[in-house]
Amino acid sequence: MSSENSTLVKLNNAGFKQNDKWLVEGVSLTVEKGKIVTLIGPNGSGKSTTAKIALGIYKNIEGSVEKYTNKVGYVPQKISIDWTLPLRVYDFMLLTENIKEEAIDEALTLTGVIHLKNKNLGNLSGGEFQRVLIARAISKKPELLVLDEPVQGVDYTGEIALYELIKRISDTLNCGILLISHDLHTVMTATDHVVCLNGHVCCSGSPMDVAKNNEYKTLFGEQASQILSVYEHKHDHVHSDKGEIKKN
Amino acid sequence: MFDDFFIRALIAGLGIALVTGPLGCFVVWRRLSYFGDTLAHSALLGVTLAYSFELNIALSVFIISSLIALILIQLQKKTNLPGDALLGLLAHSSLAVGLVVIGFLTFIRFDIMGLLFGDILAVTTDDLLIIWTGGAVILLVLKLIWKPLFASTVNYELAEAEGLNPDRAKAIFTILMAAVIAISIKMVGLLLITGMLIIPAAMARNISDSPQKMVLFSIVGGLLSVLLGLFSSLEFNTSSGPSIIMAALVLFILSLLNIKQSIKLKN
Repeated sequence: MSSENSTLVKLNNAGFKQNDKWLVEGVSLTVEKGKIVTLIGPNGSGKSTTAKIALGIYKNIEGSVEKYTNKVGYVPQKISIDWTLPLRVYDFMLLTENIKEEAIDEALTLTGVIHLKNKNLGNLSGGEFQRVLIARAISKKPELLVLDEPVQGVDYTGEIALYELIKRISDTLNCGILLISHDLHTVMTATDHVVCLNGHVCCSGSPMDVAKNNEYKTLFGEQASQILSVYEHKHDHVHSDKGEIKKN
Repeated sequence: MFDDFFIRALIAGLGIALVTGPLGCFVVWRRLSYFGDTLAHSALLGVTLAYSFELNIALSVFIISSLIALILIQLQKKTNLPGDALLGLLAHSSLAVGLVVIGFLTFIRFDIMGLLFGDILAVTTDDLLIIWTGGAVILLVLKLIWKPLFASTVNYELAEAEGLNPDRAKAIFTILMAAVIAISIKMVGLLLITGMLIIPAAMARNISDSPQKMVLFSIVGGLLSVLLGLFSSLEFNTSSGPSIIMAALVLFILSLLNIKQSIKLKN
């Protein structure tokens, strides 16, 4: 299924250390055209760090990253914009690439925020801003989309619609997506490959095997807080409360 | 009615305003006003070296300011001192070194006031050439790096992730800052250059809702400040630099009225 030229980005045993502390280590994964790879894991497990390694934001990394495209769209988890800048949604859409007006309108319409086009970015609500961030990332028709908790702060119905949109974009643009999500439903229905992180790769595989699982079905009705447990996977190690790894 | 020196000063001032307008916007956006101050203070050392070795003043100032910028970047990497402390350290020590060197150059008569606050009488035809060609190059380069520089000003990680190379843009921008100080030192003086960068841009912020408008208004504000400032300095026999900055201040105060109105409209 994988031929070399459909690979967009490949992490080989990659890791990143900050102030002598590993944020994440030993991650190997591949994002291919038209495929969605989802990272799951608890807070502080290195999901965002892994995304930033894949994007080339972190420079002094262990292991290696092979990136085969420069057409990248990124929705960061946290974004701090300085309001000393007078910036409208329209200006923000043109931030990294000069995009045609029609493409801007189309993307803003898809994410349901076309009416905010000439609003100042500082006046948007959290959910509105999130929709603008997604619109900006998809409007440039990227080959690789990296979405770090893309629907945070979006209302529930909007959340479903946005995930459907993301899935559709992956199909129509044939772009590869690296997704970080807490939404179990999305992980199980839209994803081609799941990587479970906890400072390193705990396990990874196709969500289909997991979805057949009875444990998954019972858990799905409940809140998706215990994301890790939906996998019927066997860890070969446990984590102590200090985060140390112990082999079973 | 106008003497040649005044016409030269006008042409020089307008050329400088064209460049400080857009550059000043980035100084405000990226919070670099003290960085600008530091480079300007180091310019005195550049001027004294120019006299000592009979170099062109603009060139000498450009070299020293770029050097100070490089030293700053190195110190930031290698020490744990906060940025503002490092800026203060470099600004005042380079100013002090410059003043001490002046003390040794007893064979040259310095117009220190002119150096600190600008002197329209000092502008020569050669200076005009430097200001306008230098200014054109600065604007051209700024236009070339606009996209990565602006994108990384908004958000560094987005710019980096989407392949715009923000670090290179930042390094080039630092050199442009040194260059604008080099070409405007004679006109505005080293203590007031930062004012020329910040005040028109701050005025423009008050009346703009997009980055392009802010750059445009900043340029217009700078041009108006030069015109108003130079004519009043002729009228009241005041020094050119402070008069230009005062004119910019007046424009800034006027722009505050606009803020009040727009707040009223919102309510």
